[in-house]
Formats: sequence, structure tokens, C-alpha cells
Amino acid sequence: MSEMVSKGRFGRFGGRYVPETLMPALEELEIAYGEARGDPAYHEELAYYLREFVGRPTPLYLAERLSDDLGVLKVYLKREDLCHTGAHKINNTLAQVLLARRLGKTRIIAETGAGQHGVATATAAALFGLDCDIYMGEEDIGRQSLNVFRMRLLGARVIPVTSGSKTLKDATNETLRDWTASVRTTHYIIGSVVGPHPFPEMIRDCQSVIGREAREQILEAEGRLPDACVACVGGGSNSIGLFHPFVDDADVALIGVEAGGRGLDSEEHGASLTAGRVGVLHGCETFLLYDDDGQIIPAHSVSAGLDYPGVGPEHSHLKDSGRARYVTVEDHDALKAFQKLSVLEGIIPAFESAHAISYLDRMAEETREAGEMKTVVLCLSGRGDKDVHQAEGLLTEMLDDEEVR
Amino acid sequence: MGDRLETCFDRLRTEGRAGLFPFVTAGDPDLGFTRELLPLMTEAGADGFEIGVPFSDPLADGPTIQRSSMRSLAGGTRLSSVLEMVGEVRADIPDTPLVLMTYYNPIIAMGLAEFVRGASRVGADAVIVPDLPPEEAGTLVGIMNDYPLEPVFMLAPTSTQERIELVTDVGGGFIYYVGQMGVTGARDALDSDLGATLGKINRVKNRPVLVGFGIKTPEQAAEVAGHADGVIVGSALIDVMEAQASREDKMRAACDYIASLREGLDRSKTVS
Repeated sequence: MSEMVSKGRFGRFGGRYVPETLMPALEELEIAYGEARGDPAYHEELAYYLREFVGRPTPLYLAERLSDDLGVLKVYLKREDLCHTGAHKINNTLAQVLLARRLGKTRIIAETGAGQHGVATATAAALFGLDCDIYMGEEDIGRQSLNVFRMRLLGARVIPVTSGSKTLKDATNETLRDWTASVRTTHYIIGSVVGPHPFPEMIRDCQSVIGREAREQILEAEGRLPDACVACVGGGSNSIGLFHPFVDDADVALIGVEAGGRGLDSEEHGASLTAGRVGVLHGCETFLLYDDDGQIIPAHSVSAGLDYPGVGPEHSHLKDSGRARYVTVEDHDALKAFQKLSVLEGIIPAFESAHAISYLDRMAEETREAGEMKTVVLCLSGRGDKDVHQAEGLLTEMLDDEEVR
Repeated sequence: MGDRLETCFDRLRTEGRAGLFPFVTAGDPDLGFTRELLPLMTEAGADGFEIGVPFSDPLADGPTIQRSSMRSLAGGTRLSSVLEMVGEVRADIPDTPLVLMTYYNPIIAMGLAEFVRGASRVGADAVIVPDLPPEEAGTLVGIMNDYPLEPVFMLAPTSTQERIELVTDVGGGFIYYVGQMGVTGARDALDSDLGATLGKINRVKNRPVLVGFGIKTPEQAAEVAGHADGVIVGSALIDVMEAQASREDKMRAACDYIASLREGLDRSKTVS
């Protein structure tokens, strides 16, 4: 007789809140992942592809002009934007496609918001000749048409999602619905550290390569650990990937930057940790945005990748336990940072990563007031090529506005 | 088991009939409609009801119930107003089992204890939470133990022997067997393994089994009823109502459809 024990908890968060149809598949996945994790052959295969196909390790780059500009911060950028496909997402999709092969699954499905995870999934599926269907909200398809074409080019089918708010959360619902019907042949590659156990833990393990490398690299460069690690948080995969190997280093501050959207008062934001409450969505218990009746409130952010009303349960635990701190950056400031990093460093960041960059201004101010100097490792989770078209409209407007003033 | 459910299943067994349990989304198009519809469907041959509480992200549901939920939410339906409606309709159908079906987050928002107290006060008999498997249901089931409210869990074609035993052990009322992999929605053909899987459940069951997901025609209902204690019909019923414009026509179409299912079920039992 099995027992009524909830699995996959980070403190009080996480768990496995899914329809019965999916429970056996999650149990199977948990066992298969446990076996893979303990199998040197799996790690060897993964390491090979991460090195030869993704281009790891990614550099930890000292952003000198940005640091000069901030004055009191020495900023190292963990260059996940240099990964094949342009973001950290491939770390996870590659590892999971290898896992799907071990499970004997022939079809891959995934949800995508900005399209980065979809592209990374389509890429990994193409690498091994697996069928691949990507669910994407109609709203996001409009915002990220280039990524839609990329996925198609890679042989994937992009299925528009027209239900609910037509964004990432609805694409996630639709992918879960597909999986309940197709679980016997299909592996679901969730794009962030969300979903039912074992996904948050498994994806965190896949993304922890970011923090493991960064830790080694900063020790090499500085001879000591950084004062802070900073990363943007939507679902929270690049941030947990950076944070996790530093969690036991009590002197390293962990700071997650959420999407402030049009401001926390506007109710149009993606700040589930800062402004949400504990609930259950997409299979896990975590901080969420919902109204007094428990109905999920659609998130908003200029960046499609942060446009999610929930967050990984491990982040909820890091917030609850006080180990990490979460702050917000609004659309407008993220856009300014997008431009600033481009001008100062010759690096066009993804809108998502620009939120983290923008927070450095506030951090520099506080550090200056305290009369300190700090070394910071910031996860530059992706490159901004996908956002350039959208930025053209938004920034031109903003620059014009500022000229008028 | 709750009195009304137990009495209902006892009676069905004595009469050699299969139970017919329609699912409706409460508040589609408004709560007054649902309030009026349930007694009419009882007259048309329904044995009990599943009353769906609309949720913004119904991940176990197909397009029909998604649309239905959105219509209900757009009309301002809330978990608290659904409970009020259940209390009102209870007066008209005092003996009919009423099973609430809601995703977990609305319950969390209301507060688990307040929900259980409220549901039990208005005369609901059981609760199904599709995104709450037994492993996560400890707290809710613990509270429900103090009230005459049964926790109903689901089993699926993929459920292992271990899970069949777990659900049979922890759950109350009846077992909701998901007859189709995937989400809710009417299907033209049913899972061919249905009989075999239900046989597996029947070997360990100590409670009635109702089969839902995918049932559309009287013939399908009759086929399923040959293996189970009854059927749950949701999406197909909502499809029937969606096809009509006026309230009166929706209600008439729903009752005609329920009557046709009733006839199909009764015919099959008489033959066997």
C-alpha cells in the first residue's frame, strides 16, 4: 500500500497537484531521473553535448564599462546569452531530451512564452530526430514571430493556444492537457522550475550548471566568492540555476528580480513572489497571483519570458526562509537597461535579463550610501535579438518622449 | 459513506439499474439557470449531479468545459455563490446526491475549513478536486472526516495496482473512473481497454465506480454501464445546451438528452 505522502517539497512548497491520469507518469519520471542522476554514462553524454553542442562553459565576463558607470559595483556577467540558441534554456532541454530517450519516448512537447524555451526544445528534439510539438499563446505568437519561425525551421509544430489569456500560463495548461492524453509516448519538457514533482528539482539540477561554473570562475578571477548573485525571475530557472550552488554560502546575497510590469499598484505585473500569495497552479504549491476567489490573474510584463503568474516552488521556499531576496523592476526601467547594456558593453540583453541589469542601479545606490564596494555575479540569461523588433517600437517612443522633455 | 450517496447506490443496485450523473458547470450561463435545471433533470432521469465550480485554469478539462467555465466566470460566479445555489436547490431535490467538483485553488482562497463547513452546511454530499491526488489531500480529507462530506478521487487507465489500492483506501463515496486518457470532452469512440481496467478496479473495490470523460451517446453510456455502477456525462450535455439560444430551449434540450441517456441505460440493463 502506498502512503499519503507528498513528494518533492521545498519547505512547505512544491508537491504534485495533478489529475490522476498523470500520476503514474510522474512516478515513472521520478524513478527514471533518479537512475539517470546516478548514472555516470548519462552525465558523460550530457557533458559531451553541453560542451560540443551548446558551447559550455560560458564565460564569466567582467563588464568593465558597466562597472565603471555604477562606480561601486564590480559586475561579472555569466554569459548564458552565448549558449547555442541564445539563452540558458538549452541546458535543460538537452538534458531532458537525453532523459526522454532513456524513457523510450518518441515525442516531445513543451510550452513556451517568449519562444526561447520552444526554440531550445525544438533544437534538442532536432538533434535526436524526435517529434516535437510546441504550445504557444496566441498573444505571444504575435509578440515573438521570429521565434515561431525558428521553431518551424527546426522541424517543430507550433500550436497556437487561444484559451484564457492566450499567454504562457494557458500554453502550460494546454501542454499538460496534451500530456494527459499522450503520456504513454510523449515526454513533457517544462521550460522552468515549475510544475509537479520531479520537474522543479530536475530542471534546477539541469540549470545548476550555471552556478557551478560561475562559482568556479569567480573564485578563479577574484580569489573569493561574490557579495551577491543577481538574476531575473519569471518561472525562475536561470535564477535558481545561478543561486543553487551558492545557497550554502551564507555571505553571498541572492537577489531575484521580478517583473514589475506597469507597477505593483497597477495589478499589471509578474511579481508573484513580491505581491502574490500561496496557492496551487500547474501542479505545485507556490506563490501565485490570484484574486479573492482563487482565480488566477494573468501576469503582465514587457518581456514574454517573465509574463507568468506563478514561480518555482524552490524560490517560494528561498523567500519564505529569508535566504533569497526578491525585488521588482518595471517595464520602463528594464527597457532603459536594455539600451544601457547595449551601449556600454556591446551586449544586447534579452528583455528578461535587462530586468536584472536595471536592478544594479538601485543596488549601486544602496551600496554607495553604505560606503561599500561589492562584487556581483549577474546571470545574463539570454540575448536580446528576439526583442530587437519590439524594442524598436518601444524605445523610439521612449527616446522621443525624453527628447521632448 | 454519506447517507444520500449510499441510499442512491443501494437503490440502483436493488433495481438493477446504472446511475446517471450529469455534470454541469454552475453558473453557465448564470446560477439561476443551474438552480432551475437540476430539478428538471432529476425528473428527466438523473440520479445525482456533479456541480462544477468554474476556474480560470481548468487543466483537466477540454474545450467544452473550458468555454462553459469562462462563461460562468464572466457572469460573476464565485465558489461562495455556488454554495448558496446548492443550498437553495437542495430544498427541491432533498434526496438527490450532489457532488461538488472544484479545482484546488478556489478552495485554498476560501480557506479549507471554511469550504468544508460551507459545503456540508448547504447539503453537498461529496467533493472531487481534479488537481488534488490522494498524496496531497491529507489536510483537506482530515477536515472532511469531521463532516458528512465524502472525498472522491479519480482513477485512470494508467493507474497502477498500487494507486488503485491507495484511492480505494483513502477515498470515500465512489470512485470516479476516467474512461479516457486526456481531458474531459465528448468522444466518438471509447477506450477499448475500458472493460479490462474496470475489472482490475472491481477486484479491489469496496465502493461504487462511476465512469466519466468522453461519454456522449446512449449506446456508449449503456456500454460503460455494463462494467460500472453508473456514468457521468458532462461535455456532451453542455454541447447540447450550447447549441440552443434561449434558456427554455437549453433546458428542454438538456432534459431530452438526459431522458435519452436514461432510456439507453435502462434498456441495456434489462437486456443483460
